[in-house]
Amino acid sequence: MFGLHYNLERSAIGMVVAIVLVASIGGFIEIAPLFTIDETVEAAPDMRIYTPLEVAGRNIYIREGCYACHSQMIRTLRDEVDRYGPYSLAVESQYDHPMLWGSKRTGPDLARLGNKYSDAWHSAHLDNPRDLVPESKMPAYPWLLRTQLRTDDLANHLAALRTVGVPYTDEMIAYASIDAFGQANPESAQASGVAERYGEATNIRLFDASGQRLTEMDALVAYLQVLGTLTGATAPTQTAEAE
Amino acid sequence: MPFDHDTMVAFSKSFGLFYLVALSIAVLVYAFWPSNRKRFENAARNPVSNEEDRPWN
Amino acid sequence: MIADLTRTERRWALTILSGLTATGLAMAIAGRSDPLGVHGWVILAAGLFGCIAVARRFDLPEPAAERLHHYYDGPTKAGIVLTLIWGVVGMAAGFWVAALLAFPEFTFDAAWASFGRLRPVHTSGVIFGFGGNALIATSFHVLQRTTRARLPDQLSPWFVLLGYNLFCVLAASGYLMGLTQSKEYAEPEWYADIWLVIVWVVYFAIYLRTLARRKEPHIYVANWYYMAFILVVAILHIVNNLAVPVSLGSAKSYSLFSGVQDAMTQWWYGHNAVAFFLTAGFLGMMYYYLPKRAGRPIFSYRLSIISFWGITFMYMWAGSHHLHYTALPHWVQTLGMAFSVVLLVPSWASAGNALMTLNGAWHKVRDDAVLRFMALAAIFYGLTTFEGSFMAIRAVNSLSHYTDWTIGHVHAGALGWAAMITFGSIYALTPWMWKRPRLYSAKLVEVHFWLALAGTVIYVFAMWNSGVIQGLMWRTYTENGTLAYSFIDSLVAMHPYYIARAVGGLLFLLGAIVAAYNVAMTILMPVSADDEIASDLPTQPVLAAGE
Repeated sequence: MFGLHYNLERSAIGMVVAIVLVASIGGFIEIAPLFTIDETVEAAPDMRIYTPLEVAGRNIYIREGCYACHSQMIRTLRDEVDRYGPYSLAVESQYDHPMLWGSKRTGPDLARLGNKYSDAWHSAHLDNPRDLVPESKMPAYPWLLRTQLRTDDLANHLAALRTVGVPYTDEMIAYASIDAFGQANPESAQASGVAERYGEATNIRLFDASGQRLTEMDALVAYLQVLGTLTGATAPTQTAEAE
Repeated sequence: MPFDHDTMVAFSKSFGLFYLVALSIAVLVYAFWPSNRKRFENAARNPVSNEEDRPWN
Repeated sequence: MIADLTRTERRWALTILSGLTATGLAMAIAGRSDPLGVHGWVILAAGLFGCIAVARRFDLPEPAAERLHHYYDGPTKAGIVLTLIWGVVGMAAGFWVAALLAFPEFTFDAAWASFGRLRPVHTSGVIFGFGGNALIATSFHVLQRTTRARLPDQLSPWFVLLGYNLFCVLAASGYLMGLTQSKEYAEPEWYADIWLVIVWVVYFAIYLRTLARRKEPHIYVANWYYMAFILVVAILHIVNNLAVPVSLGSAKSYSLFSGVQDAMTQWWYGHNAVAFFLTAGFLGMMYYYLPKRAGRPIFSYRLSIISFWGITFMYMWAGSHHLHYTALPHWVQTLGMAFSVVLLVPSWASAGNALMTLNGAWHKVRDDAVLRFMALAAIFYGLTTFEGSFMAIRAVNSLSHYTDWTIGHVHAGALGWAAMITFGSIYALTPWMWKRPRLYSAKLVEVHFWLALAGTVIYVFAMWNSGVIQGLMWRTYTENGTLAYSFIDSLVAMHPYYIARAVGGLLFLLGAIVAAYNVAMTILMPVSADDEIASDLPTQPVLAAGE
């Protein structure tokens, strides 16, 4: 025993190996079982995946750092369920690369924001929150309405997401840019294929109230409007754990 | 399948406990091993020695 | 700097910098329609500037062999200066975002100036810019002194220091352009992450090569902590940042992990970044500079060993306490909670060890503000780890999570512990490094001490108050069984505390500016020729121009 330790401490390499072993085994045996979790977590066969427009919106959400003030994780506490809706299930973020559970609520939780407010409300609120909620601390994002959404590389985005495990088909990837435009322009010719590829429940609307031009506002509102609506796995009768 | 979730969890829980106990004992034995005392005392004086500020060559 | 390099090292430097320039050019071309291109130009400019600087001084005489009889402190000196610059920048960004929370109208119509983009500039600026540079600078100093061996060469320490700062610049400028992975404290995108891995491998190699050449048989415990910091941060960084880029011409990437696995990986990273970056590294600092300044050996060397292995082992399990009551499996939450509570033992052993070392030297703590910084750091370390273990208990966490209480806890640790021990160490180190008899002004250290303490206390109390009020308002029910307060009610209640927090942050920032001024004046302080200390000046002052 003594000899081993004596040498270990004398030799820098031994020290290095010891630190790596002591530090990493703990994390490993805690995290590794989570990767077999699919077997025990509720399955959601009806789970929809994000449309290209929603992916673009999600990337704007990330870009602007929305996750710093808004969580997307309703805990199993009575007051949270009463305030925000049914608590979040693991399956709901199974296609979220990365997850946006958040760690701070300077603003309210957004896990079940979808369909709670109108598109017009979101658009106006993002443009200047204090127009609608005078006490709000949220920054104004006026450039979202002005900035044209970049769609030329959306196929690459979907392909990268497929590499990490989101089941996009070749067709979805091929039509990514077209679908992004179509989803926010219901009258256009490009709109018809969106529901075909992503399901009848997909929101196909003029998110920012203006056609023709596809803005970053379109994408962000489209994303916010699907939060918590991608699967029906959250039973409405779900009861929270006692506090 | 041997690597199902329950097996992994059971292994993690039991092995983790064993690992914790074994490591604690090993560290305590090392720290209190009598013949290490002198070396530790010397080591503790390492930063406060008043020798000249240059490498030993 | 360049005059210190041998001819071979200068050739290597040119090769590396040319490679960097070429990489920058490739990125600028591949990413011409993407923010990646901007960073390509930044890297290209950095590489080109370096090439010109080295080429212009390439023919300077080689350093004398006499150098091998001295420690190599050039990178430490530069690191101290960079630490203070990043400290002021990062804390100023912190004050700015704190003000934005109180007065959101100050986001004028520019995307880069909004809270979401500035916040990571603050967090990365203080953690990686300020903390990281301080760790690199002090680790080079401590490593050489405790092993009685000079750094293995002159080039690789500069590569680590400057390469690391390039990473910090890419990170901070990327956030302003909206480049972020959204993983907290691991925001930089894939190419910056790869670059950091390269820098880190060289950093680790410096440690091993110096240890291999050590003259002192025992590896002093401070080096254990620095090594744990380097090694574990490497593991955490690589695993948590595994991602697939959209294309080689795009800055954007998608994390390999999703959902619950990603959450667990992220907070395994996030919590251990606190453990091994903000704790282990700074404990290394404490175990050297506190005994050194106090002139007393550490109270119990044994205790420092036991707490080292305790911290190294137990922190790794604690990350899941960030995910209480979420979709994370219950047993993982319980495990995280249990280890977080047990973690108090090695944490308090470290804090107690530091304070017991000062026993018998309290008169020095009273008279010497530099030592007082270190003593206060140890006290805050003890308080914060206690609070952390407490907040990891599931029932407490149900109240504290998602609220400002967490922010208060983090700042008690970051301001009270990490920044205080850093400032103490820098104040101790500066006169030694620049061969000055003393600091420019002991009075200004005193001023800084009280600014820092007042700022921290105001900040932490403001956040405790707002966090607890917030948490309670969210869960209060009326007699009829409905929620008593809307979310907006709680937000309005926060306003005064957000102002108080900005004031506390401003005081701390002012302290950091005082520190930067004091250190700068110490460096610029004229040393009289008959001063005895003058004989201790670098042997070749003529080369100073190249530094």
